[in-house]
Amino acid sequence: MSQSVQPAVSSGEQVANIRRGGMTSFDQSKTRLAWALLTPTLLLIAFIAIYPLLQTIYQSFTDARLASGVTPKFVGLRNYQDLAQDVTFRTSIWTTVKFTAITVVFEFFLGLIIALVINSNFKGRGLMRTAMLVPWAIPTVVSAQMWKWMYNDIYGPINDFLVRKVQILDSPVAFIAQPSTSLWAVAAVDIWKTTPFVALLLLAGLQVIPEDVYEAAEIDGANGWQRFVQITMPLLRPAILVTLIFRTLDALRVFDVIFVMFGSRPDTQTMSIYAQNNIVAFSDLGYGSAISVAIFAIIAVFVIAYVTFLKVEES
Amino acid sequence: MTGEQRPTTETTRRQLISDLASGRLSRRDFMMRAAALGLSASAIGAFLAACGGGATATTGTGSGASTAPSTAPSTGASTAPSTGASTAPSTGASAAPSAAATRAATASTAPGSATAGTGAGATATRAGTATATARSSGGAYQYTLQSPPPVPNAAQAKQYSGAKLTYYADATGIGNQLDVALAQKFTQDTGIAVNVVGKPASATETYSTYQRFFQAQSADVDVMMIDVIWPAAFAPNLLDLNAKLGDQAKKAIPSIITNNTVDGKLVGFPFFGDFGMLYYRKDLLQKYSVAVPKTWDELDAAAKKIVEGEKGSNPNLQGFVFQGNAYEGLTCNALEWIASSGGGSLLDGKNVTFNNPQAIAILNKAKGWVGTSAPKGVTSYQEDETAQAFTGGNAVFVRNWPYMYQLAQEAAATKDKFDVAPLPVTGTNPPVGTVGGWQLGVSKYSKAPDAAVEFVRYMTSEEISKFRAVNGTYVPLYQSVADDPDVQKNQPFLKNLSSVQRVVRPSNALGANYNQGSTIMFQAFNAILNGQDAQAQLQAAQGQLARLVR
Repeated sequence: MSQSVQPAVSSGEQVANIRRGGMTSFDQSKTRLAWALLTPTLLLIAFIAIYPLLQTIYQSFTDARLASGVTPKFVGLRNYQDLAQDVTFRTSIWTTVKFTAITVVFEFFLGLIIALVINSNFKGRGLMRTAMLVPWAIPTVVSAQMWKWMYNDIYGPINDFLVRKVQILDSPVAFIAQPSTSLWAVAAVDIWKTTPFVALLLLAGLQVIPEDVYEAAEIDGANGWQRFVQITMPLLRPAILVTLIFRTLDALRVFDVIFVMFGSRPDTQTMSIYAQNNIVAFSDLGYGSAISVAIFAIIAVFVIAYVTFLKVEES
Repeated sequence: MTGEQRPTTETTRRQLISDLASGRLSRRDFMMRAAALGLSASAIGAFLAACGGGATATTGTGSGASTAPSTAPSTGASTAPSTGASTAPSTGASAAPSAAATRAATASTAPGSATAGTGAGATATRAGTATATARSSGGAYQYTLQSPPPVPNAAQAKQYSGAKLTYYADATGIGNQLDVALAQKFTQDTGIAVNVVGKPASATETYSTYQRFFQAQSADVDVMMIDVIWPAAFAPNLLDLNAKLGDQAKKAIPSIITNNTVDGKLVGFPFFGDFGMLYYRKDLLQKYSVAVPKTWDELDAAAKKIVEGEKGSNPNLQGFVFQGNAYEGLTCNALEWIASSGGGSLLDGKNVTFNNPQAIAILNKAKGWVGTSAPKGVTSYQEDETAQAFTGGNAVFVRNWPYMYQLAQEAAATKDKFDVAPLPVTGTNPPVGTVGGWQLGVSKYSKAPDAAVEFVRYMTSEEISKFRAVNGTYVPLYQSVADDPDVQKNQPFLKNLSSVQRVVRPSNALGANYNQGSTIMFQAFNAILNGQDAQAQLQAAQGQLARLVR
């Protein structure tokens, strides 16, 4: 803060203050006010974010169990040693990463197409923008249950449509029962639900691109594709990165849609479901906390990768 | 007290939604949970309150007067609007909240139009059917929802008059109405106030709610409904009922008492039961002159024959539908397959026994059903989907719990066209059914344990067991009550199933690790049904379980 003030300083007294490493009294009071205003927020964040995180890390070194009436003992790294051997957890990481890759890729490309269409001028654009958000507005638990019924092999409309109406299939396919299709089936639900959100973020990015850039390009004789590649994509880059960060982190933590559609089926069990299962269903607070810490670390890797990438982009 | 209003509104909403289906169904019914959660998501604060538990209805005397204003609308809502209740389970989840909202509006415009006890005779349809049955039995049984039986232990219980209890009970449907009516009667006769609070619709959520109470050693709950597989896990937090209810326990079905006894402590008293049974379409069996199957092979053959014959008229018809998803219900199904084939009951004490030739044989057979006599999707089915297939007229044979009897009787496609039999067996083994159902327990952290035990004594007595069996379809856990003609009239399936051996899941041997053990097992069973090798899966599961019990 003092650096930004420095060039403006002219009087000898103030220069002396800065040389002593201090600030002007005006700056000092501003700083104090800033801290005073920030303190409640920082305390709240410490209470609702940092305290639970530290508590989780602490519990991951104990054998705490829910409602057992026994005082937890410190067990050192045992939970983490178990976790390193845990095949189920490894499978769940792989499942989560696959789910993330599928959904983020599809959501991004579909969302981009929708954003471009909606950004163009046509009649009823306002209505389209609103209608587009319907899947995003439905609570996930409800839409997951709805899709579970639609996928059903006996009375589900999807099979009815494919078998009887368009006759692509000879017999109904149990999309959510077969391990070969289950992950794709739930990914499709997530894509259906979240693409509008991606489209909205990208649309916001598209709307800040000034019109005159396109006009200039048009005068220079650039065709539609050239304008898209040379102008739209580079100027949309910040919005794209934010969108991808949002979606990747969300997808890595996915819980509700899969939990409703599959419960704790081994072939679709994600990291979050495995952690929840251990803590709630198995009462194993210690081990569940260790899993949570591992998830935290895995997601942190993705965040660091993205942020580093962003920094490289900026410079 | 200021916070009272929110939980009440929220619980009422949940109650309304859930009222659309039967109370017994909703416990397992994921749709119900979806509807409830979907609604809750729009009011997160209220949802959190509901998790912690809210007041559904307060049946207090003088001392509870301050909560009285919120009582009238909420009880009124639970009993008043009855139209269309039975059609709801088949409509979409998205439709449910709006239906609930409409009903909430109806209820709030006419508060007190029907409060439990004053008895305007307006009960939900499901309850209506049940009470109608009771009445048609020619006045032989006089107690109805409006006039529950008196409290036999009133004299003894009066010494605790003025105590206040919180009872975690059914939140929905007839179960809730019975609980509210009985609690009111208990208060009237003893002066002990009972606050009936609806537990979450799904068993898994109820489990974690109790866990939080116990973790905090909270006195906010005194009496609670406990699933048959929970006594061992919750035993450290529950009161030993042996001293006061030990004599009464001798009259109940012994296998349940054994199940509820942990280290010599009776931690839960049997409330009502459940067991697996085979539903079949008697019209179709007759049409193809097929006898009711006694063995799994007969079932398989009969299913294939009927499905083949009906191909022209109903290409969607399925032979045999059961609960094959990877969840607790599959553990119940697989236990029945294995126990009825002489393969034991999963664990024998601390020994893991399910990896044996009989079990491998029947599991391989079950794998063969999937995609032939059973639909391919069965490996993702829970009770909900099973019931939909049957009541929609799309299944010949179904394995399900007693609650489906009433649903099937109300559905146009199955009304009077079905019957119930014991589940098939392999060879000459006796037929079995996995035990489900609920117990009443008293929290160790209760501030009024004596009053709470008296309440449990009343709620689980033979009189009330019969009252609940006749006024709802709750399976009694006293043999004397099960043999009662009034009860058999309302639950005709009890007679067909008197020969069935009731097998319990190994919740006592696994104790607090039961959920983990069951997960290992149902994940293995599900993998087998999905095509994996039975022997390899059982071998692996046995190893994991052995580590858990040692």
